[in-house]
Amino acid sequence: MFELLNISPQVLMGQLLLGLINGSFYAVLSLGLAVIFGLLNIINFSHGAQYMMGAFVAWMLLTYVGIGYWPSLILAPLIVGAVGIVLERLALSRLYHLDHLYGLLLTFGVALIMQGLFRNYYGISGQPYNIPDALSGGQNLGFMFLPNYRAWVVVASIVVCFGTWFMIERTRLGAYLRAATENPVLVGAFGINVPRMIMLTYGFGVALAGFAGVLAAPIYSVNPNMGADLIIVVFAVVVIGGMGSILGAIVTGYGLGLIEGLTRVFYPEASSVVIFVIMAIVLMIKPEGLFGRTS
Amino acid sequence: MADTKPKTVGMPMLHKVIFAVMLALLCVLPFVIYPVFAMKVMCFALFAAAFNLLLGFGGLLSFGHAAYFGGASYVAAHAAKVWGLTPELAILTGTLAAAVLGFLIGSLAIRRQGIYFAMVTLAFAQMVYFFALQAEFTGGEDGIQGVPRGDFLGLISLQDNTALYFFVLAVTFGGILMLYRIVHSPFGQVLKAIRENEPRAISLGYQVNRYKLMVFTLSAAFAGLAGATKSQVFQLASLTDVHWSMSGEVVLMTLLGGMGTIFGPLVGAAVIVSLQNYLATFGAWVTIIQGVIFVLGVLLFRKGIVGVIAGWLRRPL
Repeated sequence: MFELLNISPQVLMGQLLLGLINGSFYAVLSLGLAVIFGLLNIINFSHGAQYMMGAFVAWMLLTYVGIGYWPSLILAPLIVGAVGIVLERLALSRLYHLDHLYGLLLTFGVALIMQGLFRNYYGISGQPYNIPDALSGGQNLGFMFLPNYRAWVVVASIVVCFGTWFMIERTRLGAYLRAATENPVLVGAFGINVPRMIMLTYGFGVALAGFAGVLAAPIYSVNPNMGADLIIVVFAVVVIGGMGSILGAIVTGYGLGLIEGLTRVFYPEASSVVIFVIMAIVLMIKPEGLFGRTS
Repeated sequence: MADTKPKTVGMPMLHKVIFAVMLALLCVLPFVIYPVFAMKVMCFALFAAAFNLLLGFGGLLSFGHAAYFGGASYVAAHAAKVWGLTPELAILTGTLAAAVLGFLIGSLAIRRQGIYFAMVTLAFAQMVYFFALQAEFTGGEDGIQGVPRGDFLGLISLQDNTALYFFVLAVTFGGILMLYRIVHSPFGQVLKAIRENEPRAISLGYQVNRYKLMVFTLSAAFAGLAGATKSQVFQLASLTDVHWSMSGEVVLMTLLGGMGTIFGPLVGAAVIVSLQNYLATFGAWVTIIQGVIFVLGVLLFRKGIVGVIAGWLRRPL
């Protein structure tokens, strides 16, 4: 028994931090999925590819134009969001009257195209992206070493998550959005341009993915496949949390990241599947998801 | 939807003719083109037909069918190589394994509908992928290589490509005919009723979830049959077969050929496998082209190739 619990605090805290980092990405990505799903009723399969694109746009801005990390943190999500808006106007908007599964299939195809294009031009080896100078180094907290950049990722993602939550749940614009989620026809009848709102919502959700991509660029190498496997885990996160509530998506994201980190300490072999196992358990006990509404 | 024509018993003449022509062509094919390529097409045709049973007739979009296809190919390869089973027994073992896996995953997945169903199946398939990556018997990145082809029933050697070809032809064609039978059985009719109007089927007293689970298990089993057969053809079970991109490919084949048609998945599989074969030298472009077909198929061509032809002929195909 002592043998089992004989884990140094450094290892434990290190893995918890890693879990928190992963959780930050889960939270921001599942938040974007939930925002899009709320209004468009589609699952954005290209979310992982758009996350990858955010990282690549940041890298390209640096390499070809010389624009550094901080401006990229704003610019890259804007660019990714703009590309998303074009996609919504040209393709997705033609599918709203059909079964929602077509939206899933379309965005899957888009993901294949994006990943294929980046793989074609940049290979799969990955491009390095340096940590900005202001955030290099770290703090020695006594019981562990905390790299500044990782602390920044956690803080930035929390700020973005709660900013989004505040905007949707506490502002007038958010009220329109929630109303349109409930009944788009009625909201349209009140003179609100619902199609434009749908377009901007998709752009915003996609921009969140792009933002996560820029955050991830200095941690993981920037490569065309970085979003593909991640997005499947995020899907599981979304199934566990249920997409009914914004706060639910955020809490589930961080929580599962931490659980994954803990698993890596106590039973490393299971760390890659623990989220899927939790999904199976949730499906057995509460099929609509922890924060989901019964359909 | 009102169908005033009297219900014909058995297979319509048109379908009989198409199946007969197909069989005749397939018997000549190995003498015209490379048999291994033809066998690959047949395996994928069965895989797509199995997937179509679930999507086209059951109305359930699984995004994780690679789990059953690839899972069965691992089990069959292991059975043939390590346990030394004959090919037909190895394939049967793989198929059974896929059916069990399908039953387990299906019983959880049918608790959610629509988009969530797709995500749940995808997530479980990814779990199977990680299992294949880490487990001992699957050989990790290497997969199971050098699977012996063995002797059919312990009697007929399948070393020769032509002998193996006719074995694979019998398995896949038989599988496709069985799927045809399932679709046109009373069970298949209930499936269509559930697909069209689930609440109504419930109110008519059908145990909808039981039907869904049954069709899911059947679809997984036939996908497994295809995967197990493929592992005997290529003497290999690898991570490619359990990867999510394989799940995407089978969706693409079905969509392109025409979901909910009998012959669509077969045409779709033939087109996609040929495409991969002839464009293999272009590397990443294959993925891009597949993505483009997906996008165009969803936007402009939702009926698929066979669906369009069936529209012209005004007959179900």
